[in-house]
Amino acid sequence: MRRSSPEVNAGSMADIAFLLLIFFLVTTTIVTDHGISRKLPQVVDTPTIDPPKIRERNLFRVELNGLNELLVEKAPMQLSELREAAITFLDNGSGADNKTCAYCKGEKKTTSSDHPEQAIIALRNSRETNYATYVAVQNELIAAYTTLRDRESKRLYGISFQEMKRQYKDGSYSGDHTKLKAKILNVQSMYPEKLTEAVTQ
Amino acid sequence: MSKFKNKNSLALPAISTASLPDIVFMLLFFFMVATVMRQNSLLIHNELPIADQVEKLDQKDLIMYIYAGKPSSRYQKNMGDTPRIQLNDKFATVSDVKAFVLAEREATREALIPFMTTALKVDKEVHMGLIDDIKKELRAVNALKVNYTTRKGSALEN
Repeated sequence: MRRSSPEVNAGSMADIAFLLLIFFLVTTTIVTDHGISRKLPQVVDTPTIDPPKIRERNLFRVELNGLNELLVEKAPMQLSELREAAITFLDNGSGADNKTCAYCKGEKKTTSSDHPEQAIIALRNSRETNYATYVAVQNELIAAYTTLRDRESKRLYGISFQEMKRQYKDGSYSGDHTKLKAKILNVQSMYPEKLTEAVTQ
Repeated sequence: MSKFKNKNSLALPAISTASLPDIVFMLLFFFMVATVMRQNSLLIHNELPIADQVEKLDQKDLIMYIYAGKPSSRYQKNMGDTPRIQLNDKFATVSDVKAFVLAEREATREALIPFMTTALKVDKEVHMGLIDDIKKELRAVNALKVNYTTRKGSALEN
């Protein structure tokens, strides 16, 4: 007589799989984090003997007080106007010391910045400022740089700066990586991000 | 004739559940691949601010998470409701940040240390004083790359 091997009961297999599934559902997260990336300034042990002279017109003072009020160049301003104000300041390009800004489209006022390379945004906050307000202000200031870089990038290469950066990070990009990097660096150097949080008196 | 008659022919056949494990395993593998292990359980209230000039944080193993916010309601009895820092799974003070960064560095390969980023997951309501203190500590140990973790959206809604 031929003996048939007994069939393994697979009825509880589903239960086991469900158990594992629920374990993974509970212990894992699906989110990838997003955020504003910044670089903190290095600690300087010996203070520079002769700090470089910065012209007042090349300095864009943004201040946040303890009541979450925004002060730009000592005058109150709404957060929604900050981006435009920062763009106007950075893109002014009135030119000084025989150095003119050919690509700037600003008003070339003598009371605002000489050149994007010299324009510095100085952000100051009080200890009582809310974190949300601080992040919003940082965001608007970075957006000002991004807008200007996008504009120049589109003019020179027909593609936005953000798109170039995305392609550079994308592993499946088929074009020339070194060329792309050179383009990114070129646009960055046209509007270098000079956003300081050091205390400037 | 009646010898071969199926006695149960009138009742509905049972639905086969033999493929159920396969389906569940498929789901299981999807979740195993698409998700990452939760690192910390939050002891604090953590509602992130909103911003749109954001970058993605890749390479989870090179990120150090610093949380800050009011203790959640069940800890408020012991901890009070002033904003606190959370490192790993414990409440911490500003002076613990240095040791935390050094411990994280110890666990990373030396070649990768310059690429380590500190993700600040801070609640909207926290005052900047606490964050300035954290930043000062980070600068002291030369951990200069920071990321203010946010949700995506217009910053004007903050």
